[in-house]
Amino acid sequence: MIKANRRRLYSVLGSAVRAIVIVSICFVILRPVLVKLVSSFMLERDLYDQTVKWIPRSFTLENYRNMFIHMHYTEAFPRTALFAVGIALLQLASCTLVGYGFARFRFWGSNLLFGLVIFTLVVPPQIIILPLYLNLRFFTVWGLIPEPGIDLLGSYWPFILMGISGTGFNNGLFIFIMRQFFKGMPRELEEAAYIDGANPLQTFLRVMLPGAKPALVIVFLFATVWMYNDYFFTLMFMRSGNLLAHRLDIAAHNYAHSIGAFFTGQYISLLNNTGMILFITPLLVLYILMQRYFVESVERTGIIG
Amino acid sequence: MSTKRRFRLSLRGREAVCGYLFTLPFTLGFVLMFLHPFLQSVIFSLSKLELGSTGYSLTFTGLSNYHNALFVNADFPRLLLETAGSMFGGVPLILVFSFFAAILLNQRFKGRTVARVIFFLPVILGADIILRMESADYITLFLEEGIVDVDEMTFVGRDQLLGLLMYMKLPEQLLTYIVVGALRVADIIRSSGVQILIFLAGLQSIPSSHYEVAKIEGATGWECFWMVTFPLLSPLIVTNIVYSIVDFFTTPTNPLVVFIEENMFGSAGYGVSMAMSWIYFAVVTVFLLLTAGLISRKVVYMDER
Repeated sequence: MIKANRRRLYSVLGSAVRAIVIVSICFVILRPVLVKLVSSFMLERDLYDQTVKWIPRSFTLENYRNMFIHMHYTEAFPRTALFAVGIALLQLASCTLVGYGFARFRFWGSNLLFGLVIFTLVVPPQIIILPLYLNLRFFTVWGLIPEPGIDLLGSYWPFILMGISGTGFNNGLFIFIMRQFFKGMPRELEEAAYIDGANPLQTFLRVMLPGAKPALVIVFLFATVWMYNDYFFTLMFMRSGNLLAHRLDIAAHNYAHSIGAFFTGQYISLLNNTGMILFITPLLVLYILMQRYFVESVERTGIIG
Repeated sequence: MSTKRRFRLSLRGREAVCGYLFTLPFTLGFVLMFLHPFLQSVIFSLSKLELGSTGYSLTFTGLSNYHNALFVNADFPRLLLETAGSMFGGVPLILVFSFFAAILLNQRFKGRTVARVIFFLPVILGADIILRMESADYITLFLEEGIVDVDEMTFVGRDQLLGLLMYMKLPEQLLTYIVVGALRVADIIRSSGVQILIFLAGLQSIPSSHYEVAKIEGATGWECFWMVTFPLLSPLIVTNIVYSIVDFFTTPTNPLVVFIEENMFGSAGYGVSMAMSWIYFAVVTVFLLLTAGLISRKVVYMDER
């Protein structure tokens, strides 16, 4: 009896400690978002008001209205979303194939090739950005296409080409994740499929892919989020800067310019924070939808084990 | 029958062909999209680059750019040491935290979905454009500073903590490490999103039958953790180390990255900033090879052969 009581006490205590730890970690993570959210409803004078910390005194939606217009949201968002999801799907397809190839087949040079995958991941973008720019400006495929080559800049082609070939931003990581994941899957399923007469591609598509759902969802999510957020590469390769990230960057200044006013740094910051909320909201929605999907994944499908 | 025989390869040969086919996208991408710019960047770092109206000209200057970066530039060696130092310190903390967080999030408790959503938020919030904007944002800097004492743990009291740890007679180096780690807790938490996700996906892919077997054999929860969970997650530890290091040294807000980007078009010249990226890159590569090499010896794969 006493033993049972003590055990219950321990489990209650354990839950309490866990709850405290989780809540405080959540607070640390949420604080920047809360700060943005709160300030997006403020007027500029609330920023100088010492008594205002978390609750705005003068609640306003002006910031949202202005930023929505000056980010060209209705036009830039669909374009950016389509771009991000499209490229992410290409990256997902290529990285999954390549990752599976590394995980399950032994072939001469596979370790070297995999080393190169990690290598592309580890080379910082700053090192290759200018040569890459020149390469895409005069795209000759090592001289196969006659000089001066094709100008791929200003189009989606750089991203498409890098997407289907698993050399896009952080794609080495995706290949790595897929490889580790496939390696961790038991071999029996594939063997059964082979015995039933499936070829490697069929086995991959019908047996391995359904089991890899959590990894697929994660890679897709990362790829989408990183393409959507990307500023550095898209600005460099697309010239026009009409994606949402570029619009967000200059929206506040555009607004000031359009009404011919001078904005203080504080007001610009207020507008920028509102813009950031507008910018991340679609990502949050996508993310919440997908997270439900990969949380239930393995436990439910039960294909592994 | 006869057609089949003509194409018959050995089992191993067929496996190799599959391996090459699956990894073909990357092989092509590496040769077409990556290798050329990469080799060019080596040449750039050894030359003086002059951009003109019609194109660019290169003059070979040998190792002088490297000499400039290491011995002439006043800030680079110091920044390099600092960045490398904080990477050495930060990566193990991120790993431990994300491992712990993933295990926490894998347990069943009320509000688990919400907690998961929040824990992975930094993946979305910590991407390119948002980081760039936040690093120069008034509200973020101002309001964060207003409540920054939470990070510095006023509620425990830094000195009390130090005293407690002293009392426990811990070695001094470990002590400083813990205290410095505690001060960076918000940073650590916010840069662990991807790592937690990777660990969590791994946790979910461990077949429940493994635990059932362990339970039947009479293993306690503690033994289950060390005999089942930990070894099966070990491949992902390598993934996460690689990711943490790469993420750390390519974030746009990393002081060294900022410094290199500033130098790219500054007085020092493009060649010198290339040389700096190369030195930085070399340091990180050595670190990466050492840790990954050491740890992957201990890694357990489900698929042993």
